[in-house]
Amino acid sequence: MRELEQSFIQFDEVSFWYNHDEPWALKELSLTIKKNEFVAVIGHNGSGKSTIAKLMNGLLFPQKGEIFVDGLRLSEETVWDIRKKVGMVFQNPDNQFVGTTVEDDVAFGLENHGIPRKEMIERIEQSLKAVGMLDYRKHEPHRLSGGQKQRVAIAGVLAVAPDLIILDEATAMLDPKGRTEIMKTVQRIRKEKKVSILMITHDLHEVTFADRVIVMNRGQKLIEGTPKEVFQQHETLWEIGLDIPFVAKIAAELKQRGIPLNKQPLNNKELLEELWRLHSNM
Amino acid sequence: MEITFEHVSHIYQPNTPFAFHALKDLSFHIPSGSYTAIIGHTGSGKSTLIQHLNGLLIPTEGRVKVGDFQLEPGKKNKHMKDLRKHVGVVFQYPEHQLFEETVKKDLMFGPLNFGTAETTIEKRIPEILEAVQLPEEVLDRSPFDLSGGQMRRVAIAGILMMDPNVLVLDEPTAGLDPGGRREMMDMFYNLHKEKEMTTILVTHSMEDAMKYADYVLIMNEGRLYMEGQPEEVLIQKKKLEAVGLDVPEMVEFLSMFEEKFGTKIPFHGQNIKELASDMLRVMKWGKCDE
Repeated sequence: MRELEQSFIQFDEVSFWYNHDEPWALKELSLTIKKNEFVAVIGHNGSGKSTIAKLMNGLLFPQKGEIFVDGLRLSEETVWDIRKKVGMVFQNPDNQFVGTTVEDDVAFGLENHGIPRKEMIERIEQSLKAVGMLDYRKHEPHRLSGGQKQRVAIAGVLAVAPDLIILDEATAMLDPKGRTEIMKTVQRIRKEKKVSILMITHDLHEVTFADRVIVMNRGQKLIEGTPKEVFQQHETLWEIGLDIPFVAKIAAELKQRGIPLNKQPLNNKELLEELWRLHSNM
Repeated sequence: MEITFEHVSHIYQPNTPFAFHALKDLSFHIPSGSYTAIIGHTGSGKSTLIQHLNGLLIPTEGRVKVGDFQLEPGKKNKHMKDLRKHVGVVFQYPEHQLFEETVKKDLMFGPLNFGTAETTIEKRIPEILEAVQLPEEVLDRSPFDLSGGQMRRVAIAGILMMDPNVLVLDEPTAGLDPGGRREMMDMFYNLHKEKEMTTILVTHSMEDAMKYADYVLIMNEGRLYMEGQPEEVLIQKKKLEAVGLDVPEMVEFLSMFEEKFGTKIPFHGQNIKELASDMLRVMKWGKCDE
């Protein structure tokens, strides 16, 4: 029970299938997400990542096992309360706009939740500010860049003040600049608001910012740990069609050649600093 | 098929308040059978450029030559259909263009439209399926029952069915997982070699450009900003950063290494194993050469 109190999301041996004649999309999966934690989920296409996301806010219901969100057991009765707590940003920035201006779009979610007008205006302003899009409040969403569109989508979710934001491959259709914008935004809102983040991604660079990484394979959890711990298992990742960041590859090669690296580096700077220390003692 | 752009400009909605100059005085040459990568951030004109390759767009000024075909402003090209048979374009998320009831029907749609006999088309199918690594069992299934990666392969197969001489790929691996990305890029490279196709890849991945392309074109604000062999162009960190592009990870690492250790390891297209050896030499002897 203690665990339940601490974690915001809890999956207890959750199984899900889309069709009876297909294998389980998720099989007896247990996982937790704590308050204000940043968890990344990686895995090849079809490994069950998006199914996890859809189960978290009741777009799907499990056939077996139980899901708790903020202590509420997911069911037909609780799903509407749960959706207020869990916001989702999807892959395609063009598929999630309804408003004719940026601020109308952010307002849409609030109207659906019956928020009074005065509070709505405040929330819209706050959430657009949090994603750095306040100057664009009167702009038409479809004229924005991909990165800007996704930031507005995040603002729309933020405005409803959820406890968890799920980004389901939200950067997949963006160019490198757009991806950087989103990652900066995510880090900023994490600092400013008490919110948990679940990021489903193929981008290894994005994974390095997470507190914890869950690697999915064929509907099951294959590896779980900090980014450093996960990237050490580069052979396993490679076998299931994933990759590790460039810096982790160099570190692995150097270790093989007898360089006694102690720490798993997450970026070039960390690796070079450790090499420099070793070099000075050589 | 060789491709030449001669002072090509393209303006969307010309002579209106919405006029937008998407390409500006663009000239370059792509030799037949080469593999060219086109790089530039969003809005740099890449998509406008590739739509000139099969005549979806006609230049507002200048001339585009694709083999014997010519595209010029004001001239109706009677051979447009022929051009489109020769130039296959794989647009972003090509699986969105699937529509037939079965994979087989979808594969046959293009060639039937171009008037190829049904028996001739059917003979081609096994070869094409093999090229895109799909089993024959998929033929009678609905394309919409397949996985995302398989759907994309069907869409690509549909384009290969026309036996194009030029294959244009607009970010063909967007949305795929790293393993799927590797497989698909290797598949295109094999097709490029086996069929001696002229391949044009629009990409954000400097790694792919470095690995597969013979030549790169860097676009910025509708103009050609840089061009040359990848190992010459993609190492120019300052110049690329000035237009919002990153260098390949290897080049970035080498630059940071030099800053820290004060010794330069030159970039020569080395792989990670070779890089590790280079680094060991610098750390032991203070220089990179043996």
